[in-house]
Amino acid sequence: MRFKKIFLPKEINELKSLKVGEWLLLNGPIFSARDQACKLLVDLIKEGKGIPLELKNSLIYHMGPSPTPPGRVSGSAGPTTSKRMDPFVSWLLSQGIVGFIGKGKRDKETEMYFKKYKGVYLVTVGGAGAYLGDKIKKMEIFAFPELGPEAIYYLEVEDFPAMVAIDSEGNSFWK
Amino acid sequence: MFRVIDGDVIYDKLVDVITKANFELSRDVEDALWEAYNNEDNENAKIVLDILIKNTRIAKEKRIPICQDCGMVVAFVEIGDKVCVKGNLNDLIDRAVSDVYKKNYLRPSVVKDPLRRINTQDNTPAIVYYEIKPGDKLRVYILIKGFGSENASIVKSLLPTVTEEELINEIVNHVKNYGPNACPPLLVGIGIGGTLEKAALLSKKATLRPLKEKNHDPYWAKMEEILLEEINKLNIGPGGLGGKTTALGVHIEVFPVHIAGFTLAINMQCSAIRHGWFEI
Repeated sequence: MRFKKIFLPKEINELKSLKVGEWLLLNGPIFSARDQACKLLVDLIKEGKGIPLELKNSLIYHMGPSPTPPGRVSGSAGPTTSKRMDPFVSWLLSQGIVGFIGKGKRDKETEMYFKKYKGVYLVTVGGAGAYLGDKIKKMEIFAFPELGPEAIYYLEVEDFPAMVAIDSEGNSFWK
Repeated sequence: MFRVIDGDVIYDKLVDVITKANFELSRDVEDALWEAYNNEDNENAKIVLDILIKNTRIAKEKRIPICQDCGMVVAFVEIGDKVCVKGNLNDLIDRAVSDVYKKNYLRPSVVKDPLRRINTQDNTPAIVYYEIKPGDKLRVYILIKGFGSENASIVKSLLPTVTEEELINEIVNHVKNYGPNACPPLLVGIGIGGTLEKAALLSKKATLRPLKEKNHDPYWAKMEEILLEEINKLNIGPGGLGGKTTALGVHIEVFPVHIAGFTLAINMQCSAIRHGWFEI
């Protein structure tokens, strides 16, 4: 199987032309956000404030890392189940977020939003937190530090593996 | 005559087992992943299993937790009826969990209140179950339970007239619907019988049994085999991306039940089967 290398942020729009089933190696900056952080971002949108500019045109990784030991860049950092974030997808895509990295199936309704907003859903390997944490070369808290592991982190990754599970035409790996 | 076991001795063992379980998969699980890798011809399955196998090596060598979800700690304590523990066992377990999680940079994943959600910061409290056994030994099984798979678990009541075939369908269908999000390849723990909470407890205990060890009753051992075969025909595969390894094992535990009932619990365990035990 060939992995296609993607360099972010300059190739972010390439993601929109990829097809379901393609394997990628992501390189460059992404952001993390899981349950509570996604909820807070959507609250900001509902209040009319919008999301921080940096998140526009970026990928959001559904992940809450284990704490970083001294002398290390990251702790364990695998994906969490994305389905729990289904209620937030249309809100976040509508703000210009290009897509999400996570794991597992999504609702049918959620799949539709990826088509509507030309977004993508990538999956990586659940249970491989040590391997994936090792692919993170830079990590700092970006927003909501009070959420601890659920804060939004700015990450820079190197050869981070992921497969296209829902493409920008709304085609889904799960049909 | 009672045998007195000192709390400090238990604490030290608890610390060892809880620490090790977060960084090292047991041999049976690693072997099962390799076996699955060699057995698969689906490309996605090969990629996922290759990453999972590398993950176990990196976790062990670089001391990075196997999974960022360092779980809730579940302890099954078996106390011999001739044993007297010097100290409060519950406190010892919580102290061990707190110390291990803080010292090893394991993710504290427990909130104090389900709705108000304030993190306890040290992954306590642990969930502890006690059982009295004959003898003068103390045995503790530790399970590190992540919630991706816990969320995919259920307890339900079937009709007491349910047939073998209906039972199999019920379980296979559940795995079909909830398996892809539970980090397969899975270990499917099944509890049948007893009251609601008894079935749930049995289903969790079933996941403590080493892979390849069958139910001691040949009838249920056969049922485990059939279920494993059927589940592996679902093509969910490693990571939910296709292949013939949806489950590494199906373990069933059974208990007598009321004439009006048939309780069934399915406890999904992800591929990061993190457990350990000790005996004093």
